[in-house]
Amino acid sequence: MSDVKNHKVHSVAHHFANAGHEFESAKLGMWVFLVTEVLFFGALFVAYAFLRWAYPEMFVEAHHLLDWRMGGLNTLILITSSFTMVMAVRSAQVNQRKQTSAYLLATLVCAFGFLIVKYLEYSAKFHHGYLPAKFFTGQAVSEHIHLFFGIYFMMTGLHGVHVLVGIGLIVWLLIRNQKGDFYSDFFTPLEMVGLYWHFVDLVWIFLFPLFYLVG
Amino acid sequence: MDNKIVNESLIAGKGWFPSDVSTFGQNVDGLYNFILWGSVILFIGIIVVTTLFVIKYRKRPGYVQPAGKHITHHLGLELAWTVPPLILALFIFYWGFTGFLDMSVSPKQGEEVRVVAKKWMWQFEYKNGNKALSELVVPVNTPIVLVMNAEDVLHSFYVPNLRIKRDVIPNRYTKVWFEATRTGNFQIFCTEYCGDGHSEMQGTVRVVSQAEYKKWLADGGAVDESLPLDKVGEKVYTAKGCVACHSVDGSPKVGPSWKGIWGTTHQFVGGGSAAVDENYVKESIYDPHAKVVQGFQPVMPSYKGLLNDREIDGVIAYIKTLK
Amino acid sequence: MSQVAVGTNYINATKGLKSWLTTLDHKRIGIMYLLFIAISFALGGFFALALRLELLNPGKLLFSAKQYNQLFTLHGAIMVFLFIVPSIPASIGNFLLPLQIGAKDVAFPKLNLSSFYLYLFGAIFCVYSMVAGAADTGWTFYTPYSTTTDTSVISMTLGAFILGFSSIFTGINFIVTIHKMRAPGMSWFRMPLMVWALYATAIIQVLATPVLGITLLLLVIERVAGIGIFDPALGGDPILFQHFFWFYSHPAVYIMILPAMGVMSELVTTFSKKNIFGYKMIAYSSLAIAIISFLVWGHHLFVSGQSDYAAMIFSLLTYLVAIPSAVKVFNWIATMYKGEIDIKAPFLYFLAFLFLFCIGGFTGIMLGSLSLDVYLHDTYFVVAHFHYVMMGGTVMAFLGGLHYWWPKMFGKMYSEGAAFVAWLFIMVGFNMVFFTQYLLGTKGMPRRYYSYLDQFQPLHAFSTSGTWVLTIGFLIMAFYLVESLLNGKQAPDNPWGGLTLEWKTQSPPITENFLDTPIVDSDPYEYDKVKV
Repeated sequence: MSDVKNHKVHSVAHHFANAGHEFESAKLGMWVFLVTEVLFFGALFVAYAFLRWAYPEMFVEAHHLLDWRMGGLNTLILITSSFTMVMAVRSAQVNQRKQTSAYLLATLVCAFGFLIVKYLEYSAKFHHGYLPAKFFTGQAVSEHIHLFFGIYFMMTGLHGVHVLVGIGLIVWLLIRNQKGDFYSDFFTPLEMVGLYWHFVDLVWIFLFPLFYLVG
Repeated sequence: MDNKIVNESLIAGKGWFPSDVSTFGQNVDGLYNFILWGSVILFIGIIVVTTLFVIKYRKRPGYVQPAGKHITHHLGLELAWTVPPLILALFIFYWGFTGFLDMSVSPKQGEEVRVVAKKWMWQFEYKNGNKALSELVVPVNTPIVLVMNAEDVLHSFYVPNLRIKRDVIPNRYTKVWFEATRTGNFQIFCTEYCGDGHSEMQGTVRVVSQAEYKKWLADGGAVDESLPLDKVGEKVYTAKGCVACHSVDGSPKVGPSWKGIWGTTHQFVGGGSAAVDENYVKESIYDPHAKVVQGFQPVMPSYKGLLNDREIDGVIAYIKTLK
Repeated sequence: MSQVAVGTNYINATKGLKSWLTTLDHKRIGIMYLLFIAISFALGGFFALALRLELLNPGKLLFSAKQYNQLFTLHGAIMVFLFIVPSIPASIGNFLLPLQIGAKDVAFPKLNLSSFYLYLFGAIFCVYSMVAGAADTGWTFYTPYSTTTDTSVISMTLGAFILGFSSIFTGINFIVTIHKMRAPGMSWFRMPLMVWALYATAIIQVLATPVLGITLLLLVIERVAGIGIFDPALGGDPILFQHFFWFYSHPAVYIMILPAMGVMSELVTTFSKKNIFGYKMIAYSSLAIAIISFLVWGHHLFVSGQSDYAAMIFSLLTYLVAIPSAVKVFNWIATMYKGEIDIKAPFLYFLAFLFLFCIGGFTGIMLGSLSLDVYLHDTYFVVAHFHYVMMGGTVMAFLGGLHYWWPKMFGKMYSEGAAFVAWLFIMVGFNMVFFTQYLLGTKGMPRRYYSYLDQFQPLHAFSTSGTWVLTIGFLIMAFYLVESLLNGKQAPDNPWGGLTLEWKTQSPPITENFLDTPIVDSDPYEYDKVKV
């Protein structure tokens, strides 16, 4: 049952033939952008692979210093958030504005939850002195362990930045939804941010086993 | 720049390359000439056809473009300009590949020399403990294997006449080998950018007869003892790399000139000054960053362990002669 | 149907600086890019003049060694990141693409404007680096020198990082535009070859640039935090940096040349009044070059310490990428057969590209062969090679495109006579500077050298004098182009008799590009069907 009565009618940009044209173009654009993100993170995965190939035992040793339960919790949180994001898009498609906001809020809560868990993990690391590279003061269980933490912080840090950007985007969506911008014939921004968010989730699903479940 | 050891001129020498004194030369020079002449022929062909077309079909009063449907395909032509070039390319690849294979596999019976590169000098150490700076003495017609590493940043060991080049990396060993086919002095360049002294980081490959090499090994590679001290100093100036950063004509280079400094007072970075005397010169050689002359950077490497007492005395004597 | 007052075009449609700075019109964005790209070229050129001046004789003329090193770093970084990578796509491409496919604008006009501002923002970082202890690492930033030198490496690399995003967003925009915004009837094989070229370029931009981004980010973090990934003292690998760097930078050179080749196809058809020979082969060869370009980066590392097996594979693949380029050259020449050749300024640059790019290409064959590259690597031979393909190739095509589309962009004609004189100076000057450098290289003269052996001086001095001839050529060009804007003759809609869609609208175009959306029912260069 639609609860959208007075929504703004979205005006299609002048250079597009119709709303469908605009939507398809936006989708292609977002997918191409995600491909660039794959390359962006991909280079870091290559760096990880190189370091792990060079120092395999060190990686096994070092990963014990990470808490796989917190990592696992974060994985569950993100997967949940992807689900809530999908539901947000779906709600807009069937004109359920309040539900859209609710699901967006839920996604936001998950995102913050992720960051909080990350904060707890990071502060635990800092407490032990497991910092990247030259700031490393922790107990060196093996030589070159600072390399592990270097790439760990680099990759999870970059991922965290992407989560932050995602939070910003979801807040923007919430505001727009409250203003009544999204309805069954126009939900493009929701879909686009949804794609982005799924990607962020996917990157974590690769990061988690590579760092937390090594060996 | 003044380089007192006269390396053979690179500009002289027949053809496009410096003289070839290497067993690699035939492959490298031959390949270059093959590609060059092939390219010239093809290039002339392209220019001739293009010029012909531009002249014959140019728009001018009375010119009528030939009628008929425009030709947009011609299987024969297209195959002709795709397949033969591809075959040629593969042939050229193979030629380069065989040469490279030869360069990569160092012979087992090669005479090994350790090379250490640092900003901005080449250090050589022989199996018998002989050490040398900037001058690599090797016997002719003998495979020489250089096992190299760098102490700071990337460098690259390049000897044009020998047709060899290999990057020298910190914390890792790289190898390059060669066999010189005649005696002479040949230019060494550093050819991976390494900072302010990059173009000064030169040296000489001195190829000598096998007998002379044996003698040099036995002598410990020391500078000729019978020379007067100031001549010893002059030799050290070029053979041990001082020339890279210090001029003798008054012009400042990476380091201060040696001309006319004896007995004067140098002002230092951070305050303080000192007279240019025997102690100052020795300190500058052993601990160059203790006193850095104002207007210069602390980039001189220490020569501790690399120059013996007589060589240092020689440098002192030489500086005294530079008025 | 667009309602437009007579005499209105995209330039005078709205007035004031703000209307330009907040524009969403691809044409205005293209022109703004053109201005800053020209400024970047002048800046990079200034550094080139300065460093070549220093090389007049072996000793110190004006600059210290460190300053010289900064000069060649700045010359390279500005020319690569601020000038040549954006050059054709961001200026001509932005202006032209929607016009050539019959669209009103690119797919994402706001993203387009963001790309422009990212370009400016990145440029500011680079300029800051120049004045605050400019980097002296070479534009390639090799570690460990770049992680340990005390010059402003971080600001320069962050500048390049930001510029990378500008390039990526342009790439995304062009890919979606080409997929989704073509006029009715314009199938893929009815697109002008310029569009194919921009498409292939965009694919490379999108796939390669993020890798450079991460590499530069890692470099910055290495300097700030000593992460150790490239630092041998900490267990890292400096060769890893080289692999990452060239994984982008090799495809990048195809970002530079592919649009130039697109321009070449446009010029040869219009100025020969002939259908292009081998349309599909040229289109496919652009894609082939884009794909193979990702497989050859190791040919920059033949002597660096990578495995010999890798070196061999990279050399073999390098020869593969040469073949599509050769095919294009032959196709262009075949296009001129039985044509009606109008030797106007754009065509002069077509000829220049042909001549100079072939020389550059042949020397590329030399550098691709393993044993020969061992000798030639890091010598002036390489410097000559890449200047022949980048300047003799891309810049000549850029100038050709500029002269070709100038009447469309500004509605003004320039002086053909002055253009010819400038062209002459540029051709002569260019060869003076760079052919000489082939000779220096084969005689063993290393690159990035502040001073050199006395025996090389005559060649160096000759090369330097060529830079002054080149400069005169560009100054003449700047003069007559600006003059055309002020006093030039009004340009007709189609001064050259081109058949692609941009010539079917007025010069300069209206903001909406076309009064009515074009319907395409023919191939782009069907000169044999046109009755003059």
